[in-house]
Amino acid sequence: MLKLQDLHVYYGGIHALKGVSIDVPEGSIVTLIGANGAGKSTMLKTITGLVRPRKGTITLNDEEITGQPAHRIVSKGVAMVPEGRRIFRNLTVYENLMMGAYPRTDRNGIKEDLERVFSLFPRLKERRNQKGGTLSGGEQQMLAIGRGLMSSPSLLALDEPSLGLAPVLVQEVFQILKQIHEQGKTILLIEQNAKAALQLADRAYVMETGRITMQGTGRELLENELVRKAYLGE
Amino acid sequence: MKERNFRLNLALIVLIALSVWWAKDRLNPYILRVLNTAAIYIVAAVSYNLVNGVTGQFSLGPNAFMALGGFTVALLMLPLPQKEMVYFLQPLIWPFNSFSLPQWLFGLSLILAGLVATAGAFIVGVPCLRLRGDYLAIATFGFGEIVIVLANNAISITNGALGIKGIPEYSTLPWTVGCAVITVLFIRNLVNSSYGRAMKAIREDEVAAEAMGINLFRHKMLAFAVSAFFAGVSGGLLATLITTVSPSLFMFTMTFNLLIIIVLGGLGSITGSTVTAIIFAVLQELLREVEAPRTIGPIHIPGITGMRMIVFSIMLILLMLFYRRGLFGKGEASWDGLFALPGRVREFFERLRRKEVKSWTRTGIESHDQ
Repeated sequence: MLKLQDLHVYYGGIHALKGVSIDVPEGSIVTLIGANGAGKSTMLKTITGLVRPRKGTITLNDEEITGQPAHRIVSKGVAMVPEGRRIFRNLTVYENLMMGAYPRTDRNGIKEDLERVFSLFPRLKERRNQKGGTLSGGEQQMLAIGRGLMSSPSLLALDEPSLGLAPVLVQEVFQILKQIHEQGKTILLIEQNAKAALQLADRAYVMETGRITMQGTGRELLENELVRKAYLGE
Repeated sequence: MKERNFRLNLALIVLIALSVWWAKDRLNPYILRVLNTAAIYIVAAVSYNLVNGVTGQFSLGPNAFMALGGFTVALLMLPLPQKEMVYFLQPLIWPFNSFSLPQWLFGLSLILAGLVATAGAFIVGVPCLRLRGDYLAIATFGFGEIVIVLANNAISITNGALGIKGIPEYSTLPWTVGCAVITVLFIRNLVNSSYGRAMKAIREDEVAAEAMGINLFRHKMLAFAVSAFFAGVSGGLLATLITTVSPSLFMFTMTFNLLIIIVLGGLGSITGSTVTAIIFAVLQELLREVEAPRTIGPIHIPGITGMRMIVFSIMLILLMLFYRRGLFGKGEASWDGLFALPGRVREFFERLRRKEVKSWTRTGIESHDQ
């Protein structure tokens, strides 16, 4: 459903992405692993329209979306859960979720999705009138994911959802991603927690200094010698 | 609950209307003047707060929009004979030299003042609101200076530094308070709408807001344009209150006053801006005392003009040090909050007795009416 072809992105003079091509088939979980500064977040920002590529194309469901502004891309069905959660601290949980549904106009659909998010994250329902900033780190991550789901995306792109969370919560986040996937969403997951990500993924890419250096199924990469050494610490 | 709050709001508006109707002919002109000024400050501050407080964009331009509005109303409402008298340096240009609106079209002139200011907002906003961060502050500040320089030099329109005098005094209490009520209601409804929520999201985190599919430019421009409209109206009201406009009236000091009001009231709080606008207008009069010359024993202190601003600045510094979020923080005073107040006060003293309270600032009047 999503295809990146030979994507080049520059930050000022820095060549951040040097010809990245990836493929995210419908209904799959695709993960991208790599060290800090490899360009993973840049790639995600380029897909969601926050950064413009200099060269290359992005196609979503056979329609080219390269260089379109973020608000267009969101309404075409791509939602992003940004790195570091970035929830709206002074808005309530409910308002945060409604911000996710901002481009939508179908009231009933929004209501249904709100119920769906609340059943996925019962804690958020308990705290719906609390300010986002008063939630714990784990709850904030749940809120960020819930907010992403509120735009009713066909593709959910997550940037390091396990960052800064206790190991128990990391488990929970991955469990929830699995559930979301089972409900029919395509997921593009960027992670430093390579092991957990690869176990979950149908397809995986390894990124190093702006290039894709390896690809395969999640299992293939889990068993790959180089990956084990570099990313799994074995 | 909502039903009750709506009725209470309605009752409050009726109460305001009745007191205005009672006060407009009975109070002495000095007090009326202070009340009018307070109402005009409300219009200007609440609209300024929409950009700086709610949307989180640091604009320094309300003086420019007020100037545009003030001169617009002056040009439209100044009677023809007065126009001939005022413009003795250079004659007034067409079409303003050929007509003057009658009093019953004062409302129309205020709307036009708002529209002219909105046009100014588009001129400065379209290029600048695409940028992030402090650029807007610099650009709007520059725009303010440009408007003042233009006003000083476009003598055949503004009469230059001499300004326009003899504007009919149309800003009566019903007009100023009416405009204040309309401004507060309009902006309150805007803030509580989905547009308002998007504006607050932009304030909280621009990148996240963009990633949520919010069109940043459109929402910033909307806040900016609405804000400029009401700033223009307040400029027009001010012109017809003090019956003269000149470029010096709309210098940067005006923006600074409004900035003090919205920060003291709590950035993003409409009720905060409203309350502090009134306090500011009243204090400005009361503090004339500190500018008066006085003799204490053998020491004679001559009157120092500008002392008032020092007092306000000190207040601002103290506030930043000890109570940074302002009078109301980002919250609003609401009926629910008001009714809950006695209980909270009791609870506060209860805890005080048990010595559980470490910082009294935590129990401010803050609640949410949503």
